[in-house]
Amino acid sequence: MRSRAGRLLPGGVLVLLAALALCAPIYEAAWGIDPNGVDLSQRYGQPSFTHPLGTDELGRDLVARLLRGGRVSLSVGLVAALMATAIGTVIGLLAGYFGGKLDAFLMRLTDSVIALPLLPLLIVLAAVDLTKLGVPAAIAQSEDVSLYRIVIITGLASWTTVARLVRGETLALREREFVLAAIGQGAGSLRVMFVHIFPNALTPIIVAATLSVGNVILFESVLSFLGLGIQPPIASWGNMLTHAQETIWSAPALAIYPGVLILIVVANCNLLGDRLRDSLDPRSAGR
Amino acid sequence: MTRFAVTRAIEGLIVLLLMSFVVYGLIGLMPGDPIDLMIASNPKLTTADGQRLRALYGLDRPILERYLNWLTAAVQGDFGYSRAFARPVLELVGPRLVNTLVLLITALAVALIVGLGAGLYAALHPRSWIDDLIGYLSFISISTPTFWLALLLIMLFAVVLGVLPASGMPVGADTGLAERLRHLILPVATLSLASAGGYTRYMRAAMIETLGQDFIRTARSKGASEMRIVLRHGLRNALIPVITVIALDFGALFSGALITETMFAYPGMGKAIYDAIMANDFNLALVTLLFATLTTLAGNFAADLGYAWLDPRISLAAGRAGT
Repeated sequence: MRSRAGRLLPGGVLVLLAALALCAPIYEAAWGIDPNGVDLSQRYGQPSFTHPLGTDELGRDLVARLLRGGRVSLSVGLVAALMATAIGTVIGLLAGYFGGKLDAFLMRLTDSVIALPLLPLLIVLAAVDLTKLGVPAAIAQSEDVSLYRIVIITGLASWTTVARLVRGETLALREREFVLAAIGQGAGSLRVMFVHIFPNALTPIIVAATLSVGNVILFESVLSFLGLGIQPPIASWGNMLTHAQETIWSAPALAIYPGVLILIVVANCNLLGDRLRDSLDPRSAGR
Repeated sequence: MTRFAVTRAIEGLIVLLLMSFVVYGLIGLMPGDPIDLMIASNPKLTTADGQRLRALYGLDRPILERYLNWLTAAVQGDFGYSRAFARPVLELVGPRLVNTLVLLITALAVALIVGLGAGLYAALHPRSWIDDLIGYLSFISISTPTFWLALLLIMLFAVVLGVLPASGMPVGADTGLAERLRHLILPVATLSLASAGGYTRYMRAAMIETLGQDFIRTARSKGASEMRIVLRHGLRNALIPVITVIALDFGALFSGALITETMFAYPGMGKAIYDAIMANDFNLALVTLLFATLTTLAGNFAADLGYAWLDPRISLAAGRAGT
């Protein structure tokens, strides 16, 4: 595992899973399956040729649901992590570059958000009625809105690690000669932050972004599990487990597969983040 | 020490006040409307009555004014009535807060013993097979969704083995202690297993770093016993960063408690928050959320004091240092 290829193995696992999820339409066409097609005569079907892993409590094909759920969980994870990274990077750059009162305020804010019990707050955010915010009912009640909503909510919950890391890196970079030279040549604050400091802080940003993908997927799965995230009939690994507590006695397999997939994805994101930090950052000793 | 404690307490109060405003605003955006719900449940009320009720309760006022009214009443101890239970909110919060604290403190104790113990052992035997095993297990712990861990434990201990109850902590004073403890085993196991992995990793990293420092070499060359080096010089210093990250994790611990309580139908604050939001019980949702925040802030505060006590270099008079 100490070889370069071994270090990037978790990335390979993630790419493989993403590729499988992207192949969902091919599988559906080849088997002639509709992932959302309810067939009450086929409830809790055993694995067979037509349904390789059997069917769920509404007679839907489990493989198709898992692949579709993977598309949703992975894309929500990626997009929300990118959003969290963007927010965290901006806050970290501002705090580290300007220092003083702004730094103190932004870091107190970050610390406070870290200390809060986030899940209860996310539940409130997920339950907010969008029509009361002036969003037209036609949009607020459409199926896709649960996707955008969960991306925003989980993104808002995950920027803190990035912000702290970027601030630390910015504090160190601000005193370096090339940054001082840029300031001396009259470069504006924005230019110094985004052209000179940001590219040099990319290492910790990439590491934090990778770690937050796993974090976001965990948040997405629990909110969807509680019925507040991705709304059925759109499948996500979290909402596939919503009824698992009742079916656990009769069809335990339904409770196993989605959970195993969440675990594999999150564990590989965390592993990849750890390995990237070790190989990109000469200061950390690694294993 | 006093000045440090007072500063921290004031900061905590400010965070709590800000939170109460944010949550108050968010609760107002939840689906449903208290007056509409009243009208729906009582056919004798007309729309005109609805308007009068709105004016009576001040619901036609701007949000800031409504919030200040609520805050004034809240400071005097009046948090309103729960819609779903038709009782004062404070009466409902008390027993649930106690249940949650029992769960949180037990789970935290178990997780700390397991996590710090495993982390310490791994740090003292780096690159042994047990270190690797502990590393893999803690990785699984931080990567497993808590609700799924609860499902697995229910499946193993309630469905397959049938030795432990899957849910339903008995309420009321007539149930024996043994029965209550039996109902606590799976929730505590879930919550502590979910947290122990993170603690293990912090502890191992901090201890390995501390043992590489100069003062450990000095202690060795002085001829201090291995026991004294590990406990007195190593552990005490390694615990300082560990306590900081564990304190920062209190919010996550409460989030875990919410999931655990919902999964095991355990009558605590987390389940109350979830149920209140699902049932449009605005007053109860607001107060339970604020108590949840207060609990984590109090945990942070306690950790800050512990941190200061462990590290004599921190000058408490100078406010926050060393962070």
